[in-house]
Amino acid sequence: MPELTTKTADDPVVATAVNAPAAKPEKTRSMWGDAWQDLRGNWVFVVSAVLIVLLIVMAAFPGLFTNADPNDKDLTHYLQHPNYGHFFSADWLGYDGQGRSVYARAIHGTRASLLVGAGTTLVVTLFGGLIGMLSGYFGGWLDAVLSRVTDMFFGIPFLLGAMVMLNSFTDRTIWVVIGALAFLGWTQTARVMRGSVITIKQADYVQAAKALGAGTSRILFRHVLPNAVAPVIVVATISLGVYIGAEATLSFLGLGLNGVSWGNDISDGGNQIRVAQYIMLYPSIMLSITVLAFIMLGEAVRNALDPKMR
Amino acid sequence: MGRYVIRRLLQMIPVFVGATLLIFLMVNVMGDPVAGLCGDKECDPATAAQLRREFGLDKPVWQQYLTYMGNVFTGDFGTAFNGQKVTELMSTAFPVTIRLTVVAVLFEIVVGIALGVVTGLRRGRPVDTAVLVLTLVVISVPTFVTGLLLQLLLGVQWSWIRPSVSAEAPFGELIVPGLVLASVSLAYVTRLTRTSIAENRRADYVRTAIAKGLPRRRVVTRHLLRNSLIPVVTFIGTDVGALMGGAIVTERIFNIHGVGFQLYQGILRQNTQTVVGFVTVLVLVFLVANLLVDLLYAVLDPRIRYA
Repeated sequence: MPELTTKTADDPVVATAVNAPAAKPEKTRSMWGDAWQDLRGNWVFVVSAVLIVLLIVMAAFPGLFTNADPNDKDLTHYLQHPNYGHFFSADWLGYDGQGRSVYARAIHGTRASLLVGAGTTLVVTLFGGLIGMLSGYFGGWLDAVLSRVTDMFFGIPFLLGAMVMLNSFTDRTIWVVIGALAFLGWTQTARVMRGSVITIKQADYVQAAKALGAGTSRILFRHVLPNAVAPVIVVATISLGVYIGAEATLSFLGLGLNGVSWGNDISDGGNQIRVAQYIMLYPSIMLSITVLAFIMLGEAVRNALDPKMR
Repeated sequence: MGRYVIRRLLQMIPVFVGATLLIFLMVNVMGDPVAGLCGDKECDPATAAQLRREFGLDKPVWQQYLTYMGNVFTGDFGTAFNGQKVTELMSTAFPVTIRLTVVAVLFEIVVGIALGVVTGLRRGRPVDTAVLVLTLVVISVPTFVTGLLLQLLLGVQWSWIRPSVSAEAPFGELIVPGLVLASVSLAYVTRLTRTSIAENRRADYVRTAIAKGLPRRRVVTRHLLRNSLIPVVTFIGTDVGALMGGAIVTERIFNIHGVGFQLYQGILRQNTQTVVGFVTVLVLVFLVANLLVDLLYAVLDPRIRYA
């Protein structure tokens, strides 16, 4: 999985931790190096990572998997049932009520779902992480204010908030959907980060850095963040899958993305469920596998980082 | 105890005000409340202006919020798009959703905790693996897919249940919708209980209880389970609010006319009064449920005392 190794090494925060043991003798591995050793032998991690890499390739180059156009409507194929012998051809998984290839749409829908999931997770992790780190590290009135603000956003039901936001847009692009999901989604990350930072800031090495006269930003980004980020990464991985599911749910409620997406196809298929179940089945399978892959990856990482689970 | 409750209630005030203000702003800023009042057509400018004056929408937003909140505290939640009082809508919608939520929470408590205990005590055995895989499947399949499939199988093809719930929505008709609503949380409750039980199983007090010669049943229920329930209770408590808000999907599938149905209509028609009113009540439910959970801790763990 070259994708994953480069990804972790590129991340400046993780890189310091991952590269650190290279300079020292082999035996003292960092938390991350230790976790990496553990993960390589874990089949749950390997399977979910391979699935995710496959999905990323599918999102980037859908043409590799199908040459049919997902928007090509041909009513001569109206509700034409799957032809399971024709592997990977346009009629493999049948056609929907507008004569579009279910297989082509299932492949081309990957991009929208992954972008929404990854985009929302990125925004939520950066913003929620920052809020959580500030309120956890500085405490006092700043913490009181930020925590109450977090509570306010947490108090509003997530789905309802996203619906209200999305209802005012007629052109619901990927950015709009990411914005609507992130608007109420950041609270969980903020809470996890706050809890994690509060534990870390009492550690001896943070006190030592302070005593040595290190600046606040240096303590925060060099000492606190690398050690507090583990639970946040776990939450981020798992919630990436959850956001993909949330986008599909919004599509089901008629407030999802415009364009080709699994959510729209499942929603369309739901209307025809009594005559042609396959229309809903295949995008649902793709969606569920994707969500499952991210949840399994997140849990594998959590178990690897948590010494109690050994 | 009394002082703790009072302090918590005071803390709830800014959160309540903030959350209601937030949803008020979202509905007002993001949409045009007048747009929904002329049906599906667009209002002509004169009517729109008159409606704005009538509802006080020409005033600044903060003033509108204060007026609205003032009315809410006298029990006036305004009128919905069809001229009905929002309080009237609430009095028909909430009982239905509360019944649905009760069914869902019962599923979580009974099935979720039972499965969690069984798997937690048999970690690594086939039962454990099977339940674990099942929970992962339930979590990753979206609720509306589970709901539509169950409706198709049980309601349409096998005719075990009515595919859509009648207007009165008695408990009997809400069993399958309740299960659908609970499904994802049920899986989380199972996993949480399992982890918690598996962790505490090796605790000293469990060994002591076994060494005292207590029957296994008593060790598990009185000692192990009671100590393992705190994270589970936290989850279920915070979930009550989420279930009521999330019922929007389940209610749509099974055509249940509860809170989710009213909110869905309200949001699509941009009816500020309905949306803000219902969300205000949901926020209150959420806050009170959280407080109750914290008070329950002291019942489960006598070491926790609230001064």
